[in-house]
Amino acid sequence: MNTPLLQLSGISKRFGGLNALSDVSLHIRRGEIYGLIGPNGAGKTTLFNIITGLYQSSAGQFEFDGHRYQACKPHVLAQAGIARTFQNIRLFANLSALENVMIGRHVRTKSGVCGALLRTRKTRDEERAIAQRAQELLQYVGLAQAAHTLAKHLSYGEQRRLEIARALATEPLLLALDEPAAGMNATETSSLKTLLQAIRDTGITVLLIEHDVKLIMGLCDRVAVLDYGKKIAEDAPENVRNHPAVIAAYLGASDD
Amino acid sequence: MKANLKSKLLLVAFAFALLLLPFATDALLGRGWVRIADFAMLYIMLALGLNIVVGYAGLLDLGYIAFFAVGAYCYALTGSPHLALAFPAIFPDGLHLPFWIVLPLAALVAGSFGVLLGAPTLRLRGDYLAIVTLGFGEIIRIFLNNLNAPLNLTNGPQGISRIDPISVAGVSLNNTQTLFGITLPSVHLYFYLFLACTTLVVVISHRLERSRIGRAWMAIREDEIAATAMGINTRNLKLLAFAMGAMFGGISGALFAGFQGFVSPESFSLMESVMVLCMVVLGGMGNIAGVILGSILLALLPEMLRHSVVPLQQALFGKTWIDPESLRMLLFGGALIAMMLYRPAGLLPSRLRRRELQSDETAETV
Repeated sequence: MNTPLLQLSGISKRFGGLNALSDVSLHIRRGEIYGLIGPNGAGKTTLFNIITGLYQSSAGQFEFDGHRYQACKPHVLAQAGIARTFQNIRLFANLSALENVMIGRHVRTKSGVCGALLRTRKTRDEERAIAQRAQELLQYVGLAQAAHTLAKHLSYGEQRRLEIARALATEPLLLALDEPAAGMNATETSSLKTLLQAIRDTGITVLLIEHDVKLIMGLCDRVAVLDYGKKIAEDAPENVRNHPAVIAAYLGASDD
Repeated sequence: MKANLKSKLLLVAFAFALLLLPFATDALLGRGWVRIADFAMLYIMLALGLNIVVGYAGLLDLGYIAFFAVGAYCYALTGSPHLALAFPAIFPDGLHLPFWIVLPLAALVAGSFGVLLGAPTLRLRGDYLAIVTLGFGEIIRIFLNNLNAPLNLTNGPQGISRIDPISVAGVSLNNTQTLFGITLPSVHLYFYLFLACTTLVVVISHRLERSRIGRAWMAIREDEIAATAMGINTRNLKLLAFAMGAMFGGISGALFAGFQGFVSPESFSLMESVMVLCMVVLGGMGNIAGVILGSILLALLPEMLRHSVVPLQQALFGKTWIDPESLRMLLFGGALIAMMLYRPAGLLPSRLRRRELQSDETAETV
């Protein structure tokens, strides 16, 4: 339990001649809410995509839950227990909210073609369990009444919460959220905060990329700051706030 | 419970009507139309197979008829004297495998071809995928056209003839049979065989659609990146979609070969691929009932024109101005344009649209 859940050491990523990330090391402890902030273009999303398997790092090591992963596809990492949401919402737009969450159960269920064709008892039981769990998760994020609405017809805030429900359906150890509060108003942001705290209290570790510094400061246990692809600080929020390099990155260095 | 019983009764009545259909058609329209109904069912199976690839998994396949061809040639080679030409030493009389072996074999071979096509296209999407599949369809047709030398495997453009008629449990479907005092002509027998196969294909489609696998396909169709982030192995599931779709095509092709008694490469042109795709799109992608409706309409349209256009023109003008074949294409294009304008989701849109309207009622039952 004392080993970190996620350990990155020396991660670099190059896109052609651009060093999007250079030598980033960080670790996320079990059960914490870990924030990742930085000015635009600092490499937050790149790092996030490496953690979730969408990009492969050019160098460095990646250890999750005691196992080392190298050049892994996203579905392997989802199986291992990393679930994510997307900065620009990526729901299955023409499927209902319930089906979106049911698809999240895919990775934790097994029935295949034969089961589907023969409708064995096992398959039917599993289907019922999937639907039930999906319904519970919709309830959990406050979307129970919208179960049969197509995802594309949900409001923006609801779509964000549906993405979280879908990610939770994969039974993650680490829930990675890419700017979940982007475009939300104050009320939606505060209900998101409550939701994330509740998720953390169930034992799921949360990784959060966010622009909303107030949300990060109020919610995270630890925060890392990226600037130009380098980690410039990693500490508790109140210490990070006063870190000279962070202030320089956000406001510019003073002349004297 | 009452509604359940009612729907069951309706189903039984519908099944009964289908069983009587060949007799009614025979009496009212003539035997030729029973044959047309047989062909319509082959198209239904094809379209339902393509529906798995295009409708569920969202992979645009323009060479689908290749799998139909593979199934048809599979039957033609294993159920005709033709192999005696290629391998006189091994098969002096050709190969005459029984139907119940050939049908699964055709499905299996076509399914393998599906995987073979699917493997190199896994990274492709949309237009690019369409072009590669189109190429694949043409490659198969050209192979069939040219594999008569150096070893005469397909007999080239002349095609393979004298294919064994399908016989089920020792009863040849090519001869008129009498059962319980009812005379069953050959086309009626084929009708019942095809009806059984179509029913099987419909049931398989339906069950796949509402399964974990079907949901994963739809996830890939909607957003491949999100699907893989949710732990769906997109590579395996795409290959599975190609294989399942191709298997339906292969079954349909084998039945076609047995029914016709003759296959040649010209039955498997690009136009046929487009036709099957139109059936899927016109009826409503992803919706089984819609795809069936689309197949029936497009399979019957040319026949109806053939029977009405010429006599009508003869009666009105005393001579034939437009031949039915060119009118078919005109109507076809017109129908597609009209559909894109007024019913872009197809004649019977997929279940999600419908269910959304009923969501208030179903929400309580869940």
